[in-house]
Amino acid sequence: MSTASTSLAPAGSIPGLNEAIVRRFTLATVIWALFGFAAGTWVATLLAFPHLNMGLEGSFGRLRPVHTTGVILGFGGNALIATSFYVVQRTCMVGLWGGKRLANLFFWGYQAFLVIAISGYVMGITQSKEYAEPEWYADLLLLVVWVTYFAIFAGTIARRREPHIYVANWFYLAFIITVAVLHIVNNLAMPVAITGTKSYSAFSGVQDALIQWWYGHNMVGFFLTAGFIGIMYYFVPKQAERPIYSYRLSIVHFWALIFLYIWAGPHHLHFTSLPDWTQTLGMAFSIMLWMPSWGGMINGIMTLSGAWGKLRTDPILRFLVVAVAFYGMATFEGPLMALKSVNALSHYTDWTVGHVHSGALGWVAFVAFGALYYMVPRLWRRPLWSIRLVEWHFWIASIAIVLYITAMWVSGITQGLMWRAYDAMGFLQYSFADSVAMLHPYYVIRALGGVLYLTGGILMTINFVMTIRQPASREDKAAVSPAVTA
Amino acid sequence: MPNHATIERSLSLLSMLALLVISIGGLVEIVPLFRIETTVEKVAGMRPYSPLEQMGRNIYTREGCYLCHSQQIRPFRDEVDRYGHYSIAAESMYDHPFLWGSKRTGPDLARVGLKYSNAWHLAHLEDPRSVVPVSIMPAYAELKNRDLDLTSIPDHLTALRKVGVPYTDTQIKTAIDDAKAQASGVDTDGLLARYPKARLGDFDGQPNRVTEMDALIAYLQVLGTLVDFRDARLDPGAK
Repeated sequence: MSTASTSLAPAGSIPGLNEAIVRRFTLATVIWALFGFAAGTWVATLLAFPHLNMGLEGSFGRLRPVHTTGVILGFGGNALIATSFYVVQRTCMVGLWGGKRLANLFFWGYQAFLVIAISGYVMGITQSKEYAEPEWYADLLLLVVWVTYFAIFAGTIARRREPHIYVANWFYLAFIITVAVLHIVNNLAMPVAITGTKSYSAFSGVQDALIQWWYGHNMVGFFLTAGFIGIMYYFVPKQAERPIYSYRLSIVHFWALIFLYIWAGPHHLHFTSLPDWTQTLGMAFSIMLWMPSWGGMINGIMTLSGAWGKLRTDPILRFLVVAVAFYGMATFEGPLMALKSVNALSHYTDWTVGHVHSGALGWVAFVAFGALYYMVPRLWRRPLWSIRLVEWHFWIASIAIVLYITAMWVSGITQGLMWRAYDAMGFLQYSFADSVAMLHPYYVIRALGGVLYLTGGILMTINFVMTIRQPASREDKAAVSPAVTA
Repeated sequence: MPNHATIERSLSLLSMLALLVISIGGLVEIVPLFRIETTVEKVAGMRPYSPLEQMGRNIYTREGCYLCHSQQIRPFRDEVDRYGHYSIAAESMYDHPFLWGSKRTGPDLARVGLKYSNAWHLAHLEDPRSVVPVSIMPAYAELKNRDLDLTSIPDHLTALRKVGVPYTDTQIKTAIDDAKAQASGVDTDGLLARYPKARLGDFDGQPNRVTEMDALIAYLQVLGTLVDFRDARLDPGAK
């Protein structure tokens, strides 16, 4: 168990420690969070009140990827990079490989990719593959940027002054490698002209569909899961001041998770023209995936053994632990929805949207919030400005999630039931328009949930701004947040 | 676990094993789709999109229509009653990219072709709530004011040919004229010979212009109309 002790070394003794780059990515995380939450709230509002639509550039179809890219690659991506650089330097006891200039180049390259991709959607430039919307030239830029990320991260591990690679870094490494593979294959395309933006996917129809959902589901599996589990494996034990519950479990669930996840993509294509054998494989592996997912959840939550009382007093730890609980819930719901009989009802409905958001708002964002609250006082060497504001953020965001998920459960299941309902004469009972008219109140509630979630993000931003504006603490060692001393 | 210590002490071993482990599932599921002949069944009637339809498809993708409309009918009684015969793989064989979608905020469009008149589509796209009062779809009236970029069409067909759509040299050479013919409904013999069942305009009520509205409606009107499902050879039992 040398792995747990390595992470406890003081930051001051790490040669070449680059905290400036972690601060940059941390700030970018906060900015993209606000942007992505605001965009999501706006498109949710458009669905509730469609007459607010402003021209082609402001239509739901163009703005929805602005939201998804903003939160996944903007907020999520920057959070993953910030935390991975924070963690890898501390657990390897060495500064980032490649020096400051490469790290800064990587930072601006990644932000440039985000701005190019997102502004493109508004102008109508999209591959129209979900979560892989950026066109070919933006994809090439991201490829270069991503290889740089791998080089910096792996280069740092290669120079480590600890014999073992810490468990969080296994997950970060698997995330970086797999995202590269997914990105390259799913974005193979033929540009119409080297001077133009438009390209055509190298694949068509059924093959394109499977490759897209192999990509799409594993962006969830590796970007939004494996990477964020890396966050969990460092920040939960640090904030709880307890070692990881089980080293053996972390080994088993790491290999099982990355092996099984890759197979699950076809559950997005149940009952389509994809061959049945592929659908069945996708369903079977999705159900098996429940086990390693809960292995990770158990390892995260049980790390609190003997420290449960801290949940009452420490809202940062609460963010981290509730995130893991949401992870457990979403990874139970996922295999359920991957069952063909359940999927027959849930697919194409808002239930899917609700499921994604219970994972995204509850797990991904909460664990990122927890890590941000942990890192900011240490990176800027100032105590966190207000722990009460963290409490407010936690509860407002939690209420937001409840509103969002329950609204989508009800509207989604209602949609599914209305579409398949027959009357006593043997005719379809509802027109499609009936199932649209039904949505309005749920869409209003969902938008309200978005407003609350955005409000929580604004409170966090205020807290960070006020923290950073405080005079620097005298002690040069890592500042300790009030919650930990309490 | 002494064995795992070997792995977690070696960056290259850990990376290579992770790459190996994540590759297996994808290879097993994806590669056979390109090798097994029955993945895409052969059916009569499928043809590449006409130039105007393909450009309309590009507008459909540009505007993100696939985010609210699926193009994939599942083999359930209610879906077949509501939308028509369930979708088969051959129907999207020329779709780069596929547009099956994942969400039905609006109805499935896999077989929307010829269900409504051109005029209905025009009215609906200009102001959805004028024909469906409870619709929450954005209005696309602007498309009527935007001329379609005709000059680039041959480049589009050439790029599609490179990824496997069997456009002939003639089809690429006549692409611009074919688009004009389909949008106006004039001089359509060559067009209909090259693209059977192409729905003819004028779509947008502006006979002297080829607009993005013309292209989008031409695309919507061809969806799901190419394969004749009354053909007995398509019986599911024979699949």
